[in-house]
Amino acid sequence: MTVTRIGEAVRRKEDHRFITGKGQYTDDIFRPRQAHAYFLRSPHAHARIRSIDTAEALAMPGVVAILTGKELAEDKLGDLICGWMIHDIHGQPMKMGSHPALAKEKVRYVGDHVAVVIAEQLDQAKDAAAAIAVDYDVLPAVAELAGATDSATLVHDEIPGNLAFEWHLGDAAATERAFAEARHVTTLEIVNNRLIPNAMEPRAAIGEYDSGNDAYTLWTTSQNPHVARLVLSAFVGIAPEHKLRVIAPDVGGGFGSKIFIYAEETVCAWASKRVGRPVKWTGDRSEAFLSDAHGRDHITTAELAMDERGKILGLRVKTRANMGAYLSTFASSIPTYLYAPLLSGQYDIPAIHAAVEAVYTTTAPVDAYRGAGRPEATFVIERLMEVAARELGVDPADFRKRNFVRKFPHQTPVIMAYDTGDYRASLDKAMKIADVKGFGRRRRHSARQGKLRGLGYSCYIEACGIAPSQAVGSLGAGVGLWESAEVRVNPTGNVEILTGSHSHGQGHETTFAQLVSDRLGIPIEQVTVVHGDTDKVQFGMGTYGSRSGAVGMSAIVKALDKVEAKAKKIASHLLEASVADIEFRDGQFTVAGTDRSIDFASVALNAYVAHKFPTSEIEPGLKEGAFYDPVNFTFPAGTHICEVEIDPETGKTTIASWTAVDDFGVVINPMIVEGQVHGGIAQGVGQALMEAASYDRDGQLVTGSFMDYAMPRAEDLPSFQMGFTQTRCPSNPLGIKGCGEAGAIAAPPAVINAITDALGTEAVPMPATPSTVWEVMRAFGPAARAAE
Amino acid sequence: MFAFTYHRPSSVRRAAALVASAEDGKLLAGGQTLLPTLKLRLAAPGDLVDLGAVPDLSGISLAGRTLTIGAMTRHAEVAASPVVRAALPALADLAAVIGDPQVRNRGTLGGSVANNDPSADYPAACLGLGATIITNQRRIEADDFFLGLFETALEPGEIITRIAFPAVKKAAYVKFRHPASRFAMVGVFAAKRTSDIRVAVTGASQNGVFRWQEAEQALRRRFAGKTLDGMSPPADDMVSDIHGSGEYRAHLVGVIARRAVEAAADA
Repeated sequence: MTVTRIGEAVRRKEDHRFITGKGQYTDDIFRPRQAHAYFLRSPHAHARIRSIDTAEALAMPGVVAILTGKELAEDKLGDLICGWMIHDIHGQPMKMGSHPALAKEKVRYVGDHVAVVIAEQLDQAKDAAAAIAVDYDVLPAVAELAGATDSATLVHDEIPGNLAFEWHLGDAAATERAFAEARHVTTLEIVNNRLIPNAMEPRAAIGEYDSGNDAYTLWTTSQNPHVARLVLSAFVGIAPEHKLRVIAPDVGGGFGSKIFIYAEETVCAWASKRVGRPVKWTGDRSEAFLSDAHGRDHITTAELAMDERGKILGLRVKTRANMGAYLSTFASSIPTYLYAPLLSGQYDIPAIHAAVEAVYTTTAPVDAYRGAGRPEATFVIERLMEVAARELGVDPADFRKRNFVRKFPHQTPVIMAYDTGDYRASLDKAMKIADVKGFGRRRRHSARQGKLRGLGYSCYIEACGIAPSQAVGSLGAGVGLWESAEVRVNPTGNVEILTGSHSHGQGHETTFAQLVSDRLGIPIEQVTVVHGDTDKVQFGMGTYGSRSGAVGMSAIVKALDKVEAKAKKIASHLLEASVADIEFRDGQFTVAGTDRSIDFASVALNAYVAHKFPTSEIEPGLKEGAFYDPVNFTFPAGTHICEVEIDPETGKTTIASWTAVDDFGVVINPMIVEGQVHGGIAQGVGQALMEAASYDRDGQLVTGSFMDYAMPRAEDLPSFQMGFTQTRCPSNPLGIKGCGEAGAIAAPPAVINAITDALGTEAVPMPATPSTVWEVMRAFGPAARAAE
Repeated sequence: MFAFTYHRPSSVRRAAALVASAEDGKLLAGGQTLLPTLKLRLAAPGDLVDLGAVPDLSGISLAGRTLTIGAMTRHAEVAASPVVRAALPALADLAAVIGDPQVRNRGTLGGSVANNDPSADYPAACLGLGATIITNQRRIEADDFFLGLFETALEPGEIITRIAFPAVKKAAYVKFRHPASRFAMVGVFAAKRTSDIRVAVTGASQNGVFRWQEAEQALRRRFAGKTLDGMSPPADDMVSDIHGSGEYRAHLVGVIARRAVEAAADA
């Protein structure tokens, strides 16, 4: 039995459970007398509901109940909320359209929730749903983001111009001055394509009402069960918090899409009291496409001003962001505070101004998706850097080096105070691993095969580990973003960690246990991580924004500090020494300078037996809790280099090689971290080359299945060449920065920079599918390079 | 899925009778298209007649220069068959790139050909080789079999039992995958026999699989990839959607056909 250290690539403890099919996902849970819910969804992008006739459907076999917005109103249930208040450029609060869990007067996107049918069997519920007669007054769709503010059609009747808010960040006047002084300005029009998250496990929920205790239990696919409980209690009004238990059991991926509080789990919880039975819903893939919150969907004009030596003077960005039909739980924060503060990238930019319009359309709500605002920002600045370098005739790597932030801490003009980093080190190391020097040779080799080769950089930065509660509160967050943990040492010396972070693929059961093993000197097998249950875990803000390490583990460290302090006191009695003389190392409490020692398990046992210390001074037991609030965001950063090879005949892009050098601060488990980066790159490559959610003019989702929505597969990706640089994060005790989103943030501009390098034109939209690349080549003339 | 009556007959004759007598009967021959369709409630057959228990519908045999494959033979069996690999390697190659491992292990030759999905691979092989589709009633030449999108010459109650392919060495199938579905965006089967040159295209046309006769004519002068340089079929006939314009698909047919001919000429 050995101790596992921080930094060891131990295998994941949870994988035995998952690989042997013993995971317990929401759909695996069967409650006695459970009935099945099926949602009747709007087939129209926009319509007024004249009437809903459920009479025939109610009489069908197996039907338990059919509920609509009318019953929701009867029970005075509140709307779904957006928990981040943005004040617009005039200081007015954002305009939040009413978002009932079941539609009341209008439906606003294809897939919007019209009614729920609850039946003995799912097929019976589906049959009955087909028999519900809804009389729709179909209204024009507002499907196009570009024209949405000029549309005569209003998504929410009370919100003029379909504008949720206009917002800005930075110093407009200073930025104007920078552009007035500029010798060169690079301008880009950018569309950041809309994505559909597609976690492997679709969303699901079971609501159960216990009439004996007037209390509810909700099993749901959530990344943050405590937040779900808070919102469902305080805003929707399902039940008071102490009467609502939310359990997020094993969850098969989230990527942000399971942060939010959706209509389906709200309705399952609420309906369980109405029908007096547990109500279960499991979304199918088609429903996931329609109704999971989508990601990205920006239109941006970006300009970069430079002086005669290629030093950046200013950055001006205008972005229109699609919010979809309703403001989802954190939607308003994504194109604002998670976006504009990252526009400075790794660069020293004296003046930045970003103006954002958040716009309603008759499409599914748009909210956080892996990276959440930061991929959009990184795409803007990293495309600008590449194009500016090409326009100036400077090597893109040299141009970046010339403008890197070199002194830390660095205050950007857009909120962020970068604490530490070494951007040059990551770039240099990545260039070495990628053999950038040999690129010319490889390009000539490709040309001989009739292929076009290109190389693209992406020097990304992100702000993770969100974040200090006072800071986010001042920016409009409705909650604080601390984390909580409890360390429960059992009498036999094994340990349970209760954490408010939620693991849905990140490997917390391993990394958190690794931290405890390292700290307490006990084998990793003797540590269990408990998460995802509001009745077990004292509180938590959940997992998103790469915060579980930087914030969640820091809370564990704080609790471990308390455990160690108390254990030392107990050990001092057992060893008959002063507590000041007790040292704790490798699981042993030792009296300094002697060979008198006692191991951790013995101290734990004595803590509970409580025979050998005065309980008037020291409470029995060994269990400590902590709340940790970070002092700053963390700033992971690095360089990714992508090399592509394009078949000019078919337009097909192949990723020839990928180099990722990341600075995540201290790495707990490099295997898990590499896995996170691999997955992130895959999603980023997906955005760059394949994925695009597409609505037609009537607001119908054209890409409603994997037949039309292209996801990246293993064969689309090369083996990644990875490296790390390390600057320790000063703002948390472990020095962690976070790694969950880096790949998805870094990858898209690296791919597009490589493709545009290969083609010799900048006009390459995402996703750069074969047909798109072929059309670009056709429009911008035959690429001469192949013939060289 | 809507409720249906499931049948598992043990003879082709019985299967045909069941389908004929059913109000809205469907044959189940692997189910790689039908079952997802049922699950999405896009079809509601009253009766499903599973051919899985009918003996002798599966298997591969070579007699002289004719390779005969039973209708219920799985794609994976064709891909792995040493007989096919030796006699008609292009067909084994084609079977190996259908769908994914699950599809290849459940899907069948007869099911694919009878369904005639406009993006399916096997119809290109049938048309590209001039195969003969043998049913419980007659023999149908491939040229007469494929009539349009999901349409074939099969009569109600007619069941494909096996397909006879001429064993052609100078043949190849090249597939350019649809980025999302991984069906053929364009798939071209090119084959050269002493008497006959064929270029069959799947995936691209609005009317399903077709022979590109202009290319065939050109190739009769010289069977080489170069012959097709700059050639492409009319874009108007091609599918045009969010995944690519008709012009793109027409261009792609030219490129993929040239590559298929190159591979066939080298075989």
